[in-house]
Amino acid sequence: MNSNLIDKITAWEPRAVWTEGGDGMFTVPADGFHDLAGRLRADGFDFLRSLTGMDWGEAGFGVVYHLEATATGENVVLRTLTEERGHPVLPSVCDLWKAAELNEREVFDYFGIRFLNHPDMRRLFLRDDWVGYPLRKEYDPEQNPLRMSNEVSKDSSPTYELQPDGSYIRKRNVLFEEDEYVINVGPQHPATHGVLRFRVSLEGEIIKKLDVHCGYIHRGIEKMCEELTYPQTLALTDRLDYLGAAQNRHALCMCIEKGLGVEVSERVQYIRTIMDELQRIDSHLLFFACLCMDMGALTAFFYGFRDREKVLDILEQTTGGRLIQTYNTIGGVQADIHPDFVRKTREFIAYMRPRLREYHEVFTGNVIAQERLKGTGVLTRADAVSFGATGGTGRASGWACDVRKRHPYAVYDKVDFEEVLFSEGDCFARYMVRMREIEQSMNIIEQLIDNIPEGEYQLKMKPVIRIPEGSYYAAVEGSRGEFGVFIESRGDKFPYRMKFRSTGLPLVSCLETIARGTKIADLIAIGGTLDYVVPDIDR
Amino acid sequence: MFDFSIITSWVHGMLTSVMPLGLAVFIECVMVGVCLLLMYAVIAVVMIFMERKVCAAFQCRLGPVRVGFWGLLQVPADVLKMLTKEIITIRRSDKFLYNLAPYIVILASVLAFACLPVSKGLEVLDFNVGVFFLMAASSIGVVGILLAGWSSNNKYSLIGAMRSGAQMISYELSIGLSILTIIVLTDTMQFSEIVARQADGWFLFKGHIPALVAFVIYLIAGNAEVNRGPFDLPEAESELTAGYHTEYSGMHFGLFYVAEFVNLFIVAGVAATIFLGGWMPLHVAGWEGFNAVMDCIPGFVWFFGKAFFVVWLLMWIKWTFPRLRIDQILTLEWKYLVPIGLANLLLMVIVVVFKLHF
Amino acid sequence: MKYEDFNDNEYIERMAAELREGGANVLVGCLDELIEWGRSNSLWPLTFATSCCGIEFMAVGAARYDFARFGFEVARASPRQADFIMVAGTITHKMAPVLKRLYDQMADPKYVIAVGGCAISGGPFKRSYHVVDGVDKILPVDVYIPGCPPRPEAMLYGLMQLQRKVKVQKFFGGVNRQMGREEYEELLRRDLTAEGNDLNVEGEEKHE
Repeated sequence: MNSNLIDKITAWEPRAVWTEGGDGMFTVPADGFHDLAGRLRADGFDFLRSLTGMDWGEAGFGVVYHLEATATGENVVLRTLTEERGHPVLPSVCDLWKAAELNEREVFDYFGIRFLNHPDMRRLFLRDDWVGYPLRKEYDPEQNPLRMSNEVSKDSSPTYELQPDGSYIRKRNVLFEEDEYVINVGPQHPATHGVLRFRVSLEGEIIKKLDVHCGYIHRGIEKMCEELTYPQTLALTDRLDYLGAAQNRHALCMCIEKGLGVEVSERVQYIRTIMDELQRIDSHLLFFACLCMDMGALTAFFYGFRDREKVLDILEQTTGGRLIQTYNTIGGVQADIHPDFVRKTREFIAYMRPRLREYHEVFTGNVIAQERLKGTGVLTRADAVSFGATGGTGRASGWACDVRKRHPYAVYDKVDFEEVLFSEGDCFARYMVRMREIEQSMNIIEQLIDNIPEGEYQLKMKPVIRIPEGSYYAAVEGSRGEFGVFIESRGDKFPYRMKFRSTGLPLVSCLETIARGTKIADLIAIGGTLDYVVPDIDR
Repeated sequence: MFDFSIITSWVHGMLTSVMPLGLAVFIECVMVGVCLLLMYAVIAVVMIFMERKVCAAFQCRLGPVRVGFWGLLQVPADVLKMLTKEIITIRRSDKFLYNLAPYIVILASVLAFACLPVSKGLEVLDFNVGVFFLMAASSIGVVGILLAGWSSNNKYSLIGAMRSGAQMISYELSIGLSILTIIVLTDTMQFSEIVARQADGWFLFKGHIPALVAFVIYLIAGNAEVNRGPFDLPEAESELTAGYHTEYSGMHFGLFYVAEFVNLFIVAGVAATIFLGGWMPLHVAGWEGFNAVMDCIPGFVWFFGKAFFVVWLLMWIKWTFPRLRIDQILTLEWKYLVPIGLANLLLMVIVVVFKLHF
Repeated sequence: MKYEDFNDNEYIERMAAELREGGANVLVGCLDELIEWGRSNSLWPLTFATSCCGIEFMAVGAARYDFARFGFEVARASPRQADFIMVAGTITHKMAPVLKRLYDQMADPKYVIAVGGCAISGGPFKRSYHVVDGVDKILPVDVYIPGCPPRPEAMLYGLMQLQRKVKVQKFFGGVNRQMGREEYEELLRRDLTAEGNDLNVEGEEKHE
């Protein structure tokens, strides 16, 4: 972090304390936090990369914010905390960054921190009748046996407002009126791509309001990681976003390696990059297939799956897994690449290029597909940045948010590829970004596949891995956006807190903005082109 | 060309020789009804099997192959399963209408099916306003779908039913216009007559441009009329789970399912009858030998051949195109198909008045 | 697949022997066989998936593995029309009542397949605070398909096991219906009027 920025922040808020340790961060008192955040926002820090709730035990509860200025690429990490353990209250920043809206609900759900002036302080993942807050260190799982009673969806949400005298009052915020025609989409619905649930208020066929319910596949991975050693945590990342298994694991390995100060060999970097790109192709093919299925073009669905199997064959031969490869390890990869890997990958690329043309003939060029995708579900660039909707969604809105370009990792700085950008921000742009990215991924692989250097595929690591005290953040470009890992270590063999920046949560949070005023059929197309994976949202 | 009226009049003669006329007619009616329903069931089975195989072929799959030789017993297995599956009654639904709806749909379908002339002398309902009757009977189906959607007490069903209502009633207009275009050419509404007038050439060729336009409009509108992709909005699997029949299970759902496929066949059959000459063989004026050979092929083979060709065309469309949106469906109908249909009708009148057709 | 290639023939034989204990007359027996043949060859899945296993389930339906070959063709999105539910993926506390409800909404005969480690026992998430360790805690499971996620071939094998199981069942003779009609309705009524029960008519009014 440059000293210029440190000076600037200390000038704005003299009580802010800069602490080294890992990435380093500012600690800002809660009462002055919102002002400082507002100034940073005005100064160009328009992208809230990650918002992490924390339980620091004696020091109280708090939140860590990772901010980035999209124009200059500067990063800053802030934290704020309150010592109150009974009813912790912190100021909300959802008026500055829309991304905070669902993230703060998540923090409330995990830690019970109430955010003042947040319009919707319901639980995000857990049931409303859940007892206690699971990520608090003192949480006892016995409090919550399996409840088989059906959950009632409330039509209003609580919100907390600060009074001039320092106390706060609870108010109700109406979500749906009594006489609205509210239909329920999901959790079991063919077009939600898993167990996501929307409550949609309709006027005829037009969507008036949309309320997202997550948590139907919330597995509490972040809490589980706190009880696992670092190598054990790797297994769970593959199951977050199973279409980006290699990338997720890459991010966690990178973060741990960053903490340990380990530099992996060139060969590993190459292999990881190729695997990430193969995974991206796999994911984008599935995206194409599912979008076509949602839109009713079933044949194209089968084409997508047909070609996806070819990628899976390559992955399987080297890693042993089709979907969940568990391939990356701390300091390397599980096994060396298969002798056929290079040949098969090259064959696949030669096979895939004509197939892409076939896709465009079958689906992209179709007049109905164009009519339905063009101009529907527009997400502006400002909104995309504010929501933190990275990946193909952000690039379709004209936001150059590719982590591979912003913070190059592995060997991405050595390869030549184009960051696909569109400016329309509609469903068609989101679709085309992904189709073009398949080509770019193939270009990257082509540049690397013949030049994999010789070397170790696995560094020798200590039997017990301990990361030095501090907090670390590392991100990769996942198949559907920035996938980040935040680790706070206390020097133990277990992480003190491990947070995964979900790629899907920002996408779901911007759904309300995009879908309002469109038709139900458009909701399906928008959901399809946003391309979220639900277990990645819920974690 | 074999005339089936020889057999039917022989049966009639036999029966009247042993019993009074009234009883004979009654027995004949029962026989015809049974035959019709049997044929209906067989067509349904064939259609479902064909759908599975055709879509499998388009999708690089095999489709059913394990149940019976080449999967031939797959559909009978499905039927047995359906017949023995529980029929769920929904609490707080309108029970009477809920149970009635599938039967209305199937009734409309059977009535329309009875109008199709399968071969020479093999028509069930054949009178001078046959086309009117077919249009009237087939449009009862929409009532069944609306009732199904309304009485299920399910929001998805209701949206599906409303979409279906808007869509089917709109497209009825285009179907009517395109059939009317051909009626202008034939000056008859009796199906057997329509077929007989195509002895020297099918209307698709005889009426050249306006007939061709009418045929295309008819195919589009017919596809929409039977709620098949890209017009399958009322069911819209990925939007409304199963649309108007979301709440139906067992054989009630089976009836909707069967009716959908037979309706497709009916649309194709009508297209074959009024545009492609029905059971009339392909005749080329002047080629006597060729015509004689064509005549050797029985009429019902011609009819089913043509009908299944059209079915195949429609399946091809269904498995290729994405689904339309409700506003696009209505735009297509009211802004494009209806004006074109009207203009086309006018064109056909001009063609007929000035005797420009072949 | 040949009979001897299956792994658990003893189980199927024991089950068949139990079912045949009472015996049935020839006509009913034949009809039974016909119906069960039909049912076993026409099992339609519910399109339901929660996580990774769902993607493999889609792969089973797609071109390379194509479960339509065996008659699993028509994946129905409405539970009313489906014959079996593949519980593909982790079931969490929030999802459990929804899944139970889905199962209740299906028409008889209905079957459940637990796919993958998570559905069988909680899998890698067994120690989580929000995961149901085994879907058999809430639903009666017919076939378990282990794996994380199971390969499509494994899923096909599991589906064929289900077919075998269905094939030996009986439609007539009251073997499958262990309670009489009156008894069933009595139970149903008790369910509907029970206090604090979600099936309660008054309660449901609010849910919808």
